[in-house]
Amino acid sequence: MSDTTTAPVMGDPGPDGRFGEFGGLFVPETLVPACQQLDAEFRAAWADPAFRAELDRLLRDYAGRPSRLSLCENLSTELGCRVLLKREDLNHTGSHKINNVLGQALLARRMGKTRLVAETGAGQHGVATATAAALLGLECTVYMGEVDMARQALNVFRMRLLGAEVRAASSGSRTLKDAVNEALRDWVATVETTHYCLGSAMGPHPYPFMVRELHRVIGDEAREQCRELTGGDPDVVVACVGGGSNAIGIFSGFAELPHVELWGAEPAGGAAIGHGVPGVVHGSKSYLLQDEHGQVLEAESVSAGLDYPGVGPEHAHLHAIGRARYERVTDAEVLEAFQLLARTEGIIPALESAHALALVSRERAALAGRTVLVNLSGRGDKDVAQVARILGVDLSGTEVAG
Amino acid sequence: MTGAVEAPVGRLESRLRAARDRGRKLLVPYVTGGLPGWERVVEACAAAGADAIEVGIPFSDPVMDGPTIQEASERALRAGATPPAIVDALADLDTGGVPLVAMTYYNVVFRQGHERFAAALARVGVAGAIVPDLPLEEVGPWAAAADAAGVETVLLAAPTASDERLVRICARSRGWVYGVGLLGVTGERSELAASALAMARRLKAVTDKPVLVGVGVSTPEQAAEVAAVADGVIVGSALVRRLLEGGGPEVAGRFVAELRAGLDGA
Ligand SMILES: Cc1ncc(COP(=O)(O)O)c(C=O)c1O
Repeated sequence: MSDTTTAPVMGDPGPDGRFGEFGGLFVPETLVPACQQLDAEFRAAWADPAFRAELDRLLRDYAGRPSRLSLCENLSTELGCRVLLKREDLNHTGSHKINNVLGQALLARRMGKTRLVAETGAGQHGVATATAAALLGLECTVYMGEVDMARQALNVFRMRLLGAEVRAASSGSRTLKDAVNEALRDWVATVETTHYCLGSAMGPHPYPFMVRELHRVIGDEAREQCRELTGGDPDVVVACVGGGSNAIGIFSGFAELPHVELWGAEPAGGAAIGHGVPGVVHGSKSYLLQDEHGQVLEAESVSAGLDYPGVGPEHAHLHAIGRARYERVTDAEVLEAFQLLARTEGIIPALESAHALALVSRERAALAGRTVLVNLSGRGDKDVAQVARILGVDLSGTEVAG
Repeated sequence: MTGAVEAPVGRLESRLRAARDRGRKLLVPYVTGGLPGWERVVEACAAAGADAIEVGIPFSDPVMDGPTIQEASERALRAGATPPAIVDALADLDTGGVPLVAMTYYNVVFRQGHERFAAALARVGVAGAIVPDLPLEEVGPWAAAADAAGVETVLLAAPTASDERLVRICARSRGWVYGVGLLGVTGERSELAASALAMARRLKAVTDKPVLVGVGVSTPEQAAEVAAVADGVIVGSALVRRLLEGGGPEVAGRFVAELRAGLDGA
């Protein structure tokens, strides 16, 4: 137990980008030098106090960090456990995505790149990337699946307001997976001037590692805030898992504390760990929804941000070694939880974040009397129209007249 | 100069070297397996003067491919194409000895298992394999299985590589070295990119293996232009587009013959 030479649970994946058997650099040859340069440049920047100071300043003065930790008294009473929310929804642009994006945009500028390309599902990462590009004077192109452009129309307009070009990914399932394909194809053609600002803890090395480090601030803040507020550590930390960036960020603050359980909530229709087997797509080896021949399957979730058949490789590793536990929640449970938080606490969560709340709500018996820290990865404004549609509420205004 | 330790030259590479050394420019057309009538198209390409033929095993997420081959892959998958069915069909093709090379993405290989996939290719007489999302850093386990089964793994070399990296790629590549002609994914281009010639020159300076340039080589004129420096060309999207437009073996054969004529300077 007290062996100080034991490797950390969430350590450095090394030059090969390996988390146990997962991770790696499975990209077209054209991109290998760019990924290797990115690894070297990120490590140099991360060790450079001037870079860290500039990022910290932006996170504080622009994004609004540190984000708050809220003790939810009403919800705690309702569920019978003490619920703490890490309020990433209060960040500028409305989700945790800004942490990663500000870091990568600064890094892009440091590398002399003049353009960012990004994929987006719900649109939150696209909005965050467009925001950082506007702030730092970089060009920005965001790929988004056609299906997602329809269900997240507000975010499409937001990105365009911010000066980004939004291009539809119209092949395959026309969701996040296809947007990643298009972003990679763009990068293959533009790698000399463009940085691929990948939005989750997935993809080829160094992305899973770099994105985790850029979101580590969530876990580090939350651990200290929790100790201050409660005098101790939470019993369980819960986060939703799409590609896995908000989860990896908050987990990284607690992974080395063996008394803290780590839970990830996957959508039932896109549960790469729950239903997948090891595979390789989008640059790394991880769990993947695929058929017997290795064709990638389409995910299907109410939440565009979690509608992805893969998962970041470090989550695959945390699952394989049993350090984190991954559970599936259904769309119906998510819609319940979405409304529950709104009603009890006056906070409308992102549908993605509502997955974490749904898991807590379902496991309330097991959590009775314990302290649960939930990563509220984003706010739900973007989802309100979609939820109204699903609940059969008419927003056209005719209802008032009638 | 290539690496000090060289594997014995395989039959794909021997054949291509011999043709090159006779002064012939090499032509490798690409056909997406699983499209309607694709087997006859492959045979027509062989008869029309191809030196080897790449057969694509379609994958759901082909990140190195542009719209044409994406569309072909989607159509083939929708028509029910599977990797084992395509590989099995290769056994029955009559190419008159023109070698076949399987091109697919790594998850298809990984899902079947390296040894099983390599053995399946060897069993039906496939000479080589191209896996564009397996760069030098990750190719080891597959390459070992392929070498053991006698399947030659062709590596891609791109304009972004340093000279030192090109040397290492050439040393590990079997069959030929696939020079990527431009920064971008597969697809037709109206003009040959300057980078295609530069790529060919850089590769010819570091290897004696056959150097073929592909990606963005679409016409007989472009083929001739790049083959003035390279040992040959790979032509994919321009051929596959003709198939998507409804062309069959005759159309494919005629196009390959035009490319052949372009390369022969006729
Ligand atoms: C608010 C929010 N949470 C979570 C996610 C899922 O991403 P990840 O698993 O990388 O945190 C998204 C993605 O769009 C999101 O917008």
